[in-house]
Amino acid sequence: MKRTISVLVENNFGAFDRVATMFSGKGFNIHSISIGETDISEVSRMTIVTQGDDQIIDQVVKQLNRLVDTIKVVDLTNQYHIKRELALITVSFQKGTMEEIKNICDIFRGKIVDINNRSMMIEVTGPPDKIDAAVNVLTPFGIKEMARSGTVALRRGEQIKAPKKETVLT
Amino acid sequence: MENSKPVLSGADIFFECLKEEKVDVIFGYPGGATLKIYEKLYDIDWLEHVLVRHEQGATHMAEGYAKATGKVGCVLVTSGPGATNTVTGIADAYMDSVPIIVFTGQVPSHLIGNDAFQEADIVGITRPITKHNFLVRDIKELASTIKKAFFIASTGRPGPVVVDLPKDVIMAETEYEYPKEVNVRGYKPTYQGHVNQIKKAADMISAAKRPLLYVGGGVIMSGGSEELALLARENNLPVTMTLQGLGAYPGTDKLSMGMLGMHGTYWANQAINNCDLLVSLGARFDDRVTGKTDTFATGAYKIHVDIDPTCIDKNVQVDLPIVGDVKHVIAKILAEIKTKPQIDEWWAQINAWREECPMTYENNDGKLRTEYVLERLSDKTNGNAVIVTDVGQHQMWTAQYYKYNHPRSNLTSGGLGTMGFSVPAAIGAAFAVKDRPIISINGDGGFQMNMQELITAKAYNLPVKFIIMNNSFLGMVRQWQELFHSEKYSFTDLGATNPNFVKVAEAFGVEAWTTNDPTEVDDFLDKALAKNDGPCLIEFKVVKEDMVFPMVPSGGSIADMMVKRLNPNRMM
Ligand SMILES: Cc1ncc(C[n+]2csc(CCOP(=O)(O)OP(=O)(O)O)c2C)c(N)n1
Repeated sequence: MKRTISVLVENNFGAFDRVATMFSGKGFNIHSISIGETDISEVSRMTIVTQGDDQIIDQVVKQLNRLVDTIKVVDLTNQYHIKRELALITVSFQKGTMEEIKNICDIFRGKIVDINNRSMMIEVTGPPDKIDAAVNVLTPFGIKEMARSGTVALRRGEQIKAPKKETVLT
Repeated sequence: MENSKPVLSGADIFFECLKEEKVDVIFGYPGGATLKIYEKLYDIDWLEHVLVRHEQGATHMAEGYAKATGKVGCVLVTSGPGATNTVTGIADAYMDSVPIIVFTGQVPSHLIGNDAFQEADIVGITRPITKHNFLVRDIKELASTIKKAFFIASTGRPGPVVVDLPKDVIMAETEYEYPKEVNVRGYKPTYQGHVNQIKKAADMISAAKRPLLYVGGGVIMSGGSEELALLARENNLPVTMTLQGLGAYPGTDKLSMGMLGMHGTYWANQAINNCDLLVSLGARFDDRVTGKTDTFATGAYKIHVDIDPTCIDKNVQVDLPIVGDVKHVIAKILAEIKTKPQIDEWWAQINAWREECPMTYENNDGKLRTEYVLERLSDKTNGNAVIVTDVGQHQMWTAQYYKYNHPRSNLTSGGLGTMGFSVPAAIGAAFAVKDRPIISINGDGGFQMNMQELITAKAYNLPVKFIIMNNSFLGMVRQWQELFHSEKYSFTDLGATNPNFVKVAEAFGVEAWTTNDPTEVDDFLDKALAKNDGPCLIEFKVVKEDMVFPMVPSGGSIADMMVKRLNPNRMM
């Protein structure tokens, strides 16, 4: 089963690499990973989609927590959350298929963002399974190129905040 | 301008920080990227800089120092090859949770990434083998980074930290003030165990019919040996220890069952298999302990106390996890135990196992064996020495036959199994421990991996006693070849190519003796133990094809335990 894990990390040099290194070193798989800014300048949010049984995910969460640069780790899978992904898909068309592709694009509320006389680029956003569906129906027309952003996700309602910087006396 | 802070160079700040952290010794080797630091060092008298002969040696020395004291061991090396030479020691410290800090020189910031002379991305290389690491990119962050490094290395589950210091940062100047506090919000070790879990653990101990304490290195690191002794003695609980746990509880005490696992005692392994309550204290269910996990302590309710949450449910699923500082949690559990468990029958069973298959070895044929030397050493030092082993058969025999009576006395590379550990680690320990003998026990193979450091022992006249158990083989590998690889002794026979170890030692100015005669063992050990004005070395020429038993084959279960050689008539 796919699991979505939200990780707040310090915007430190190499923080992303630490997470990636941990995944490869421990043999966990990454289905997708996305990283970007948050409302706090020195904190980034990573959304990791991974796969594994409960024991593996328990280890993934613990190992993420163990990294010094991670501030907060939440497994969103069983919580109400919103997931989104963006895809850019370049599809070939011929005379007869252009309308059909445009229709499909409309059904998925996609946008045609570029076109030439042989292919067009479609932008689709939505939950990852919607992107999967769009990819499926577009495949027979001939997908020439595709880029998916990977999932970003946020919990509904109650927020996952980075705790304040506390000082520890030593 | 009374309150103005002094303006110091990066190199000066580096030493001011070490002084604040009360570092009294640093193991190092100079080079281009650290020249400025060494320039300052020239005039510093409060810090002992130990010049090693190979940077790997420096890391193991720092480990030896740290394991023997619990303090952070420090290393200073140059960029590129100096830094990469520390990698094995860092990995070793990571596996065995040893607090060391490796300061590496780095090429100037503006050259990083240019394949500059002696550039290596040591922060990238060591990311998976450090607890944390830093590249200092701005001199303003130097002091706070060093403070964080000490904080992270020494707290929680200890571990190695690398601090990479570009040359320009070392040369630059800034106002200096040592920060009074650190600030790492993503790092907060849990020290207090969960109260209800602790109560539950106490109740489980009271109710147990066949309880067993399974003790790891965490007890020693947390300084929890006294609490452990109280818990065991007040409740008459049997104690078995992992390789790293040896010394946590006195090996000569009647409650001690010795080591468990692959080369553990028969009775400890039987007890693991038959207990109804397994209390794991600062241990991590390593595969050398558990063998096949689905046959490990299957009938037992399992309690697991550890400061590192990732250790829990990693290899073996447990029933009652308690995340916290082991010393603290043991004390709390002890305070919560209301009635002592009734376990006389359990002890009768354990003692029956002890008699059924005691630890023995052939001792009547006039030939010299490692086990015998170790037994004599254990007796003579009364289990009070600091014993630093290398990796191989002699390491397992030491674990079996040396009866450690104190924590921080058993220094060995357990997790990584690094040959070449013993010589430098013993030297590092000798800079901290002055009131007990320090004995480095080696195989003839591993000794040659860092024997250049003999000169470091000589240079500082450290009274380390180096012992080589020379069986002319890479003994442990030979043992596996005999048992599992059709007796193809592929590249493990060193007999024809070993150097003359006495001459090697003498070339380094180290007094040395050799013997193959059991009747000389006492004399030689006495001589070595009496020598306090410098290092010495004894080569014991032991039988070539001895085997470590009992043995649970890798990945096997306790039922697969071999207690002796199948063909006892083999030539030795
Ligand atoms: C650096 C390193 N290389 C290889 C090994 C694999 N290895 C484990 S034990 C062993 C044999 C050690 O032989 P020796 O030092 O003579 O000790 P003995 O087993 O004979 O006591 C070897 C080669 C290792 N542990 N470490």
